[in-house]
Amino acid sequence: MDLIFGVPAPLLLGQLILGLVNGATYAILSLGLAVIFGMLNVINFAHGAQYMLGAFTAWMMANWLGLGFWYALFLAPLVVGAAGIVLERVFLRHLYDKDHLFGLLFTFGAAMVVEGLFRYQFGSTGQRYANPLPGGLQLGFMFLPYYRALVVPAALVVCFGTWFVIERTQLGAYLRAATEDPVLVRAFGINVPVLITLTYGFGVALAALAGVMAAPIQNVSPLMGANVIIAVFAVVVIGGLNSIMGAIVTGFSLGVIEGLAKVFLPETSDTVIFVIMAIVLFLRPAGLFGQEK
Amino acid sequence: MQPDAAIILQIRGLHAFYGESHALHGIDLQVHEGELVTLLGRNGAGKSTTLKCIMGAIPRRLGSIRLRDREVVAAPSDRIARLGAAWCPEHRGIFSSLTVEENLLLPPVIARGGLSVEEIYTLFPNLAERRRSQGTRLSGGEQQMLAIGRILRTGARLLLLDEPTEGLAPVIVQKIGDAIRQLKTRGYTILLVEQNFRFAAGIADRHYVMEDGLVVDHVLAADIGTATDRLHEYLAV
Ligand SMILES: Nc1ncnc2c1ncn2[C@@H]1O[C@H](COP(=O)(O)OP(=O)(O)OP(=O)(O)O)[C@@H](O)[C@H]1O
Ligand SMILES: [Mg+2]
Repeated sequence: MDLIFGVPAPLLLGQLILGLVNGATYAILSLGLAVIFGMLNVINFAHGAQYMLGAFTAWMMANWLGLGFWYALFLAPLVVGAAGIVLERVFLRHLYDKDHLFGLLFTFGAAMVVEGLFRYQFGSTGQRYANPLPGGLQLGFMFLPYYRALVVPAALVVCFGTWFVIERTQLGAYLRAATEDPVLVRAFGINVPVLITLTYGFGVALAALAGVMAAPIQNVSPLMGANVIIAVFAVVVIGGLNSIMGAIVTGFSLGVIEGLAKVFLPETSDTVIFVIMAIVLFLRPAGLFGQEK
Repeated sequence: MQPDAAIILQIRGLHAFYGESHALHGIDLQVHEGELVTLLGRNGAGKSTTLKCIMGAIPRRLGSIRLRDREVVAAPSDRIARLGAAWCPEHRGIFSSLTVEENLLLPPVIARGGLSVEEIYTLFPNLAERRRSQGTRLSGGEQQMLAIGRILRTGARLLLLDEPTEGLAPVIVQKIGDAIRQLKTRGYTILLVEQNFRFAAGIADRHYVMEDGLVVDHVLAADIGTATDRLHEYLAV
């Protein structure tokens, strides 16, 4: 059997691919966090719960309404995004001119309530969600399910689509400018509060989309968001809280790095992200892609 | 100005507050169509605050501000912009995450009759050369040109310019003065905040003088000779 750095090649390649699949989730989640932070100045601690809600909405659509995965892929982000818009209009908007801490505590509290309710209703074991694309590719060194193979390019399309809109379009120019000076952008005739609300809705919809995409891979469980969100916060800190590209690149890279760690130093695979975060914070406090203010 | 030109902007008894602090104490002023009027006054007199109030960029304002026939003292600032007022703020507000051209194209067109991008580049040739640069990489003078240039595209006819010459070298001040004169010829109505009295005296039709949140004097361009001593006293630090 071939060895790479003393490790069997199939094991290494297999973990690399799994790492990319996880990285796809990290990238979409951290992208949503970065978009929301840029525009609202709020660290959205409800992001994990909204990811979980996306997965559960897909599950409920399948089990209660008989709507399949491809419907859920579009409808669940719309539903959860709309709930996010209500949350923003009713509560969050009162916190923008306050300290970061208020937005963080509020969204953290909202996440606890939602996750608690779902645990009460569904228990913590989790529900299975049927794989919409059975079968897979026999690559020789591993069996790659079609669905997982599709998740990575789909995530790339979502991430770079979002990047394109923000960096290369007029709407994106409004968003970037409003991040810097909302008062002036509004004085140019742009309805900035609506822009903020839609941005939050979009960021939440991204979280829900990641949840739907994860549903066929993972157990759909009330705790799935809490498990992933801490790593995602590390990702945005490493990439730079206000950097779109940083969130995308760091998300995928850290998925891969975690995969490699599982092969070479299995006992570090859960902590490697946080070690990297500590080093980055020490050397570049604004993150790898972030700009110092 | 035509003697019977329409009143574009009319302010009556305007008060403004920053939190608890009371910055404007009931000011009155008016500007006719096609006029170039200045607001003079020392640091902290309330000139910028007046412009921010007109633009709706201060949360608490009381009294009356009419743009043509509309009362806007309580209107949100995006609506005021769409009624044809455009603001070039004291801090210039050039966006660092946007290129020069993106900065120029940012304000949405709200009416017909604005300058084309080419006309703006003709007015400020420096900007054309730097159109791909990051907005904040420009020199102070170029940033000022960009801040003025980008509000000319939108079709807004009332320009609120806040100290466009502040901190700039004399040659640049002259270029900006020329540009403002051209805008007046093109029929724009301009309310200009200035501390540079000589600059203001060279281009304006009338001057209001502000002190401690009040309008304390009003001087026509024709009377400026006899009023010079008085004005120097108001403006002396
Ligand atoms: N953001 C703010 N918060 C609190 N007070 C403010 C704020 N901006 C201005 N003020 C106060 O309001 C008053 C008027 O300020 P304003 O900026 O309108 O003066 P100005 O005439 O434009 O002065 P300058 O020539 O220095 O620009 C001053 O007393 C100032 O301290
Ligand atoms: Mg000022």
